[in-house]
Amino acid sequence: MNVLIYLIPVALFLGGLGLVAFLWSLKNGQYEDMEGAANRILIDEKDPDDPPAKT
Amino acid sequence: MGRLALKDTENPLMPRAHDIGADCCAGGATALAEIGTNQESYRDFVDSDPTAFVTHDQDGNAMLYLLVENMHCANCIKNIEETLHSNPAVIDARVNFSTRRLFVRWHEEKTVAGDLLRPVISMGYPLTPYNPDLIQAASAAEDRQLLKALAVAGFAAANVMLLSVSVWAGFFSDDMGEATRSFLHWISAMIALPAVAYAGQPFFKSALGALRNGRLNMDVPISLAVLLAAAMSLSETIQGGEHTYFDASVTLLFFLLIGRYLDRAARNKARSAAERLLLLKSVAATIVNSDGTRQTIPADAVMPGHLVQVAVGERLPVDGIVSSGRSELDISMVTGESLPVFVKTGDDAFAGTMNLQGPLDITATKTGDNTLLGDIVRLMEASEQGRAKYVRLADRIAEIYAPAVHILAALTFAGWWFFGANWQIALLQAVAVLIITCPCALGLAVPVVQVVASGRLLGKGILVKSADGLERLAQIDTIVFDKTGTLTEGRLELQNQAEISEENLNLAATIAQVSRHPLAMAISRHRQVNAAKALDVQELPGEGLRAIIDGTEVKLGNRFWTGAAKIADLEEGIGPELWLAVSGKDPVQFRFLDQVRSGARETIQKLTMQGYAVEVISGDRPAVVEQIAVELGIENWKAQQKPEDKVARLAALKESGRKVVMIGDGLNDAPALAAAHVSISPSSASDISQTAADFVFQGRTLTAVLETLKVAKTAHRLVVQNFALAFLYNAIAVPLAVAGFVTPLFAAIAMSASSLAVCLNSMRLRLERNREAR
Repeated sequence: MNVLIYLIPVALFLGGLGLVAFLWSLKNGQYEDMEGAANRILIDEKDPDDPPAKT
Repeated sequence: MGRLALKDTENPLMPRAHDIGADCCAGGATALAEIGTNQESYRDFVDSDPTAFVTHDQDGNAMLYLLVENMHCANCIKNIEETLHSNPAVIDARVNFSTRRLFVRWHEEKTVAGDLLRPVISMGYPLTPYNPDLIQAASAAEDRQLLKALAVAGFAAANVMLLSVSVWAGFFSDDMGEATRSFLHWISAMIALPAVAYAGQPFFKSALGALRNGRLNMDVPISLAVLLAAAMSLSETIQGGEHTYFDASVTLLFFLLIGRYLDRAARNKARSAAERLLLLKSVAATIVNSDGTRQTIPADAVMPGHLVQVAVGERLPVDGIVSSGRSELDISMVTGESLPVFVKTGDDAFAGTMNLQGPLDITATKTGDNTLLGDIVRLMEASEQGRAKYVRLADRIAEIYAPAVHILAALTFAGWWFFGANWQIALLQAVAVLIITCPCALGLAVPVVQVVASGRLLGKGILVKSADGLERLAQIDTIVFDKTGTLTEGRLELQNQAEISEENLNLAATIAQVSRHPLAMAISRHRQVNAAKALDVQELPGEGLRAIIDGTEVKLGNRFWTGAAKIADLEEGIGPELWLAVSGKDPVQFRFLDQVRSGARETIQKLTMQGYAVEVISGDRPAVVEQIAVELGIENWKAQQKPEDKVARLAALKESGRKVVMIGDGLNDAPALAAAHVSISPSSASDISQTAADFVFQGRTLTAVLETLKVAKTAHRLVVQNFALAFLYNAIAVPLAVAGFVTPLFAAIAMSASSLAVCLNSMRLRLERNREAR
């Protein structure tokens, strides 16, 4: 049973880590533009050395 | 989803044929093509000068918030952002695809806003600057707060439940020592108590507010159950008792917060879409200073005495007196009159009307309360106060439910005590009753249905703006329509095309294409004319168009100016007319009519069949209203009604015990929309009407009204079923709780099961989507 003394805090810490990560992402505005995020993965990244495209 | 198109496109929320995956428009080709097919709407766009809307951050960089139209894919995002970034002055530019907004920040000394945005606009993405302060930031902060509470409650519920399961397992296997159980209870307490204190706030605040006003709402029993369960569990833990309800109290909060969040999310989407529509109409006004320089300022900054310039095709930003220029104004939005009126120097002109023919200079008169708009707003506020405070079904049930539960818990306590249990045991049983009457099924009964219903309506392009709109709509028995712009398109169409020779039609179209007058546009819409023919056409406001073609004079205009009145002694038609006069030939008549909105006939027919009373109340002339009413088979119609007449009629209907839905679009309908039991307006409506309406439908067909009614009725049925389910569950569980058979394990299972049953029942609204209505 003594194993609980370690395991419960570890489990809570990991769960708390997830909670903190969520709260951080919320604060950071990650949920402001869900549809945009879904679409942006389709955009080809430019090499930063390339000159910017002139459209 | 959520894409908002211009006025004249098909249902904007349906995917279109060319939206295939991500690569729907190489370089904004689709956007450009769309503009090509939508010339008129594109011109309706306010490409107002953005400088009035530029703000600055603390480093002195210029910032601008804009609404973007015509975005539909990743390529659009890339095009817009790259185009802006290719300008060296730009610091950052980011598109928000969900809300279709764009934020740009740039070094002001290097470029002006107009030059910055022009490349994007010319790619086919109309940009409209807006003032971000107009968007309520408060609700977004509240949403975030709710999400945070939800996350905390979710975290706590999961962990506490984990610990509780261990404890329950200990009961079944009988090998868990008291020390271990107590230890697990303490850990649960450490997680649950802070979580309840944080995540329960939305409920505690609302419950306190209700109690202060001497009312009871659903949040009172919820708060009481959660707090009592937590407090009692803590005392049990301290005393080393067997049963704690920490898991029940946090899970209850978690479920209820889900319901609450869904409730908001459903309306948020609709609200942001409606906000967009309004922002698109936030106009900038061009004023002429005393030294002759022009300046663009936001319309609400115009002062009385300012000289405002209004170009052709712009809406008037202010009330005022015409100080120079002659033109015709489209006043249908303000009065419902479908014919344009002619204005000259010295005439009054009202904000919201569209300038059709010539540039006007307008001296702004009194602003604020004394404008026509001010009058209408006042009337609207008066009608809103007259609208009795509608009490939602859930709250009405709470009024009965809350005291019943509390009395029951008190009786349980008294009963156990009376039969000789000590007071701790008695209290334990009383709290068990409070928890098991679990308000969560009741708390979820309405929101889940709302979410599914709003989602389904949004898919059809109907925005649900008010929380209880669906509920009120399910009760109505009378439907009142406005005519211009609601039953009709609010757009004149050529009526007697068959009588006119091809040659004359082409000739008229060639001349008409230069004008923005609605009659001229109705002719040029019928013909794709060769625009390369550079014509010298004069536009004479109030009279018509004049051109010299191959040496002969051609006139297109009213009967007096073209000389038709002398020749043809015709009756005045009900609709407007134009005459084409080529010198040396008989003049030809073009007659026009405001077209009935598509789906109107079918809608009226079905509504009458379903037993609703249908009426028309319009500000237009009797002859026109009668014709439409007869055509659509509506027996009750009233014409030339002022806004106050409309309100009076609605009040009379209300007196006679009717529940009325008002459907209208003009400024003149806004008070009536506010006065009705529930109201619907098309997205082409004036912004004030959209603000007053509970529902806004997009697209051109009126059948949206049928759909909304149907969904409202189904939703109502499901809500009632959900309440029935919740009560059925209570009828079984409460006696068990009173008798003392309820353990925390039983409470947890019962709670989840009842919530699940309610959610699944609500999902049936989604299934009906595939089964088309009777």
